[in-house]
Amino acid sequence: MSSPPPIVTFQRASKRYGDGLLIIDDLTLTAQPGDFISLIGPSGCGKSTLLKLISGLSTLSSGSLHINGLAPEQAARELAYVFQEPTLLPWLTVGKNVELLMRLDGSTPSERAAIRDRVLSLVRLDGLADRYPRQLSGGQKMRVSIARALSRSPRILLLDEPFGALDEMTRDHLNEELLAIREQEAWTAFFVTHSVAEAVFLSNRIVIMAAGPGRIHEEIRVDFPYPRTAETRQSPAYQQLVARVSRVLRSVEEVCV
Amino acid sequence: MKPSPWRRLLPVLTGIVFLAIWYAVHFSLSTEERYLLPRPDAILQAFRDESAVLGSATVNTALGALSGFVAAIVISGACALLLSLSPLIRASLYPFLMMLQMTPIIVLAPILILWSGPGFLSVTIITFLICFFPLVVNTTQGLISTDRNLVDLFTMARASRRQEILLLRLPSALPYFFTGLRIAATLAPIGAIVGDLYAGNSAGGRGGLGFQTIIYSSQFKMPALFATAFAGCALGFIFVGAVVALQWRLLHRWHDSYHRTDT
Repeated sequence: MSSPPPIVTFQRASKRYGDGLLIIDDLTLTAQPGDFISLIGPSGCGKSTLLKLISGLSTLSSGSLHINGLAPEQAARELAYVFQEPTLLPWLTVGKNVELLMRLDGSTPSERAAIRDRVLSLVRLDGLADRYPRQLSGGQKMRVSIARALSRSPRILLLDEPFGALDEMTRDHLNEELLAIREQEAWTAFFVTHSVAEAVFLSNRIVIMAAGPGRIHEEIRVDFPYPRTAETRQSPAYQQLVARVSRVLRSVEEVCV
Repeated sequence: MKPSPWRRLLPVLTGIVFLAIWYAVHFSLSTEERYLLPRPDAILQAFRDESAVLGSATVNTALGALSGFVAAIVISGACALLLSLSPLIRASLYPFLMMLQMTPIIVLAPILILWSGPGFLSVTIITFLICFFPLVVNTTQGLISTDRNLVDLFTMARASRRQEILLLRLPSALPYFFTGLRIAATLAPIGAIVGDLYAGNSAGGRGGLGFQTIIYSSQFKMPALFATAFAGCALGFIFVGAVVALQWRLLHRWHDSYHRTDT
């Protein structure tokens, strides 16, 4: 059986900033529909830049990038982005924040309300639609941010260290919830993180990047079956893989220092 | 945490001490000099005696201040939007905005009187000139200080320029706008009184507090002069109070400045 066409394809992609600094050099990477790809590597290796390229916020200097066969600027409707910070509009209620992207797309209030209620339920924030972001905890704010992204029913979800600022327990909970949501919503994920344990828990593919300039150092497959739960973290296989990814990452960082 | 009753009483106590010192200074002066610092009760009496004239003058000043203030809000808002569009526009126009601010209003007033004649229009223009700068600078700063990630979010969602301005940049600039608005609110009555001092007249009963100051000063009516000063001060409180109330109405639900003790 032939595999489906890739949903994201980077082909010999390079990104150079205006001042000439080479951020990403000759990178080739494809993502299949349903992949959960974690991008991990030292600071400055271009992880977030890759997400910005996919999202259309930044453009390639050379090479090509196709999203579902389209150029990034034509594929905006396919994507949603979850930033490192919750990035909520503080003057809007939780409900209005979740509706924001649909409002920008021109959806009607009734369409927005139905989807808002569904995605708030997905992230377990039912009943909080009338609260303001300042009334939420850090973890709840991030859930709202994820709900807003899901409101577009994206085919690709870009997550830029979304749980980096949270404590470990909240982060673990949100990791589990993210996978639970993914059981119901079949999106492809690009997930930037600095946490090896998080990358191993969430992904089926871990792309370890090197810096100066950013490039793929090694890709490691994670073959644990989904759904993954808190017990997955206890398994020896999981811990061995965390140790292996950490070793590779350390070797990359030593080269970069 | 609510302030204690003692804390609420502090301004009242300070006021009582201030009045006592006032009386003490008044009575320490020689009988001939006492007219220089009239007793507080004499000022109250002047309020009563001149209530019709002072009331009308206060209303006229309030109208001049309000029209200049509103004009400054509208025009500074439009200018701020223009300035926020590009650093090049800001670089081109900022020096001239600074010139407007740096030019002494005392020098501009006679020119304005020659251009638009004495009276309400000149008072309005002078008030506008005084209020404009803090409003345009703060609002522009607010419009260009929008969280970069939020701008990226709107860009990624392919939001139109109009959506970005209405749904993101304007609400995000509100706290900055109110900082400028509070400054402008204190300046508006001062601007109207200064404008009235130079450009006011009593034609058609339109004289304001500035014009009344000239009349009372030429008549050596010291209690009435002090009463005029207090009327101007009260007008300032009304303007600032209105702005503070509006600011509370629009920001209190979400802005951190109203919720520092929540966390």
